[in-house]
Amino acid sequence: MTPTAVVMLVIAIVTVWGGLVAAVVNLARHPETADAEPTPPSEL
Amino acid sequence: MATASTQTRKREAFGSRNVFILSAIGSAVGLGNIWRFPYVAYEGGGGAFLIPYLCALLTAGIPLLFLDYSIGHRFRGSAPLAFRRMHRAAEPLGWWQVLICVVIAVYYAVIVAWAAMYTWFSAQLTWGEGNEEGFFFTDFLQSADVAEVGVSTDFVPQVGLPLLVVWLAVIVIMALGVKRGIGIANLVLMPLLTLMFIVLVVQSLFLPGALEGLNAFFAPNWEALADPAVWASAYGHIFFSLSVAFGIMVTYSSYLKRKTDLTGSGLVVAFANSGFEVLAGIGVFAALGFMAQVQATDVAGVATSGIGLAFVAFPTIVSQAVGGSIIGVLFFGALVFAGVTSMISILEVIVAALQDKLGWGRVRTTLTVSVPLAVISMALFSTTTALTVLDTADAFVNSFGIMAVALVAVVVVAWLLHKLPTLQAHLNGRSSFRVGVLWKVLVAGLVPLVLGYLFVTELVAKISEPYSGYPTWFLSIFGWGMVIGLVVLALLLSLLPWSGRSRAKDDPEYDDFLSDEHYDPDPETDTVRAVAPERGGAS
Repeated sequence: MTPTAVVMLVIAIVTVWGGLVAAVVNLARHPETADAEPTPPSEL
Repeated sequence: MATASTQTRKREAFGSRNVFILSAIGSAVGLGNIWRFPYVAYEGGGGAFLIPYLCALLTAGIPLLFLDYSIGHRFRGSAPLAFRRMHRAAEPLGWWQVLICVVIAVYYAVIVAWAAMYTWFSAQLTWGEGNEEGFFFTDFLQSADVAEVGVSTDFVPQVGLPLLVVWLAVIVIMALGVKRGIGIANLVLMPLLTLMFIVLVVQSLFLPGALEGLNAFFAPNWEALADPAVWASAYGHIFFSLSVAFGIMVTYSSYLKRKTDLTGSGLVVAFANSGFEVLAGIGVFAALGFMAQVQATDVAGVATSGIGLAFVAFPTIVSQAVGGSIIGVLFFGALVFAGVTSMISILEVIVAALQDKLGWGRVRTTLTVSVPLAVISMALFSTTTALTVLDTADAFVNSFGIMAVALVAVVVVAWLLHKLPTLQAHLNGRSSFRVGVLWKVLVAGLVPLVLGYLFVTELVAKISEPYSGYPTWFLSIFGWGMVIGLVVLALLLSLLPWSGRSRAKDDPEYDDFLSDEHYDPDPETDTVRAVAPERGGAS
């Protein structure tokens, strides 16, 4: 592989997978809140 | 009575946010990620394509994904109901999307069936080395020329029987519902798909010539960036890849709990989809590098996409590589899993729409929708002219179905109904990644411009010469006739009244949601409930 191709490979992986990691970290920092929906009237 | 019906008709929901995210990724990651992206990127400047690709993702793909999520979540319905609740006159947009999904579901199933058969063939190299192309078109599909035989009714059992099995499998998943069917299927298939794909990529990287393939894939051709067609193909690809704007994401997000981080989830889905594409690009081009080396040619000589890549090039690689059968089983198995998770999302658009419209239960609606679709699918795609019908329906429904409805929908939502501020407030009311003026500018400005450009380009291309040189009568039925028929049928379906049992007229959950969120009450669902006691009092 030529050096430019290697550099582009690295940039592609860093931007796309880095973006995925950043998105997952952001979501993990905002956990699903307990739902404010009314509880069903008769829970078994 | 009202209480009883409310109990049984509670809207379905995903088990958790993570199941929704997995299902949305399962929908977005489809055949296109595996067999389309690598070649589009290679053609569009290799490593340099990353720039238009990321631009398209950030300025059109993700904003449109947020738009879909906000529509489905704010109006809490399948595509037709969500658009109807936005504005009565917008309902046909939803039905148009539903009908597009009908067309796609019918042909998508047969590709999954082919891939399933090829998983089996790979294990024993059924095609015979050197005969990969002849095997696929002549022995397996028994392809006939539509110009000579017309639309064939000759049944091809090695395609028809697996197609039947695919339909039975997805019907079972659909009948089990959102939580136990779609949710569980994605919970199982998506991690499996990811694992299989990683193993496949690693194995491809060890093939001789793999690095030459990667070099061809990543070597940047900067001149390509000056070509508007490359930018158009990046936007076109992102648009199809994310499964935006044809009802899927609207439907899935309507099954989310009220307080869900919509944009945070959307970013994970979008980047996971792209991450999968990059992985597929590496795997596919490593394998093509090997194929080029074996055939003593360069990568440009073997690079291809779509059906040719999957069913001709990959079998060739499987024949020639050491441990090729493993590569074949992993590759075709991945196609099957990626295809099934996308297909159930496409079917859900249709099932959800009819459930909302008729107020029927899950199983009854699933069977009413799926069985006729399976019959049509079997009739058109288990015969000798399947490939031609598929190719035509796919090309036309992509350009004049998905792209057209997306264009019309953004113009209607942004410019005619002025709903972007409402949707923006809804997104920001519950999400970690806030959207601002830029989001509105992109959705209302850039997206319609790009879609309009792509649409006109396609229109000119398909009018100026017959698509793929197919006969005119054939294109006017399965191409033009089909896409125009979808619009006419969508308008007719919107004229059918919604029964009092449908969610458009009676949806206490939605009324509660609106009042809890301090949104204006829905004129239809609210009227029914407000009027009912008065009638009771008068009699």
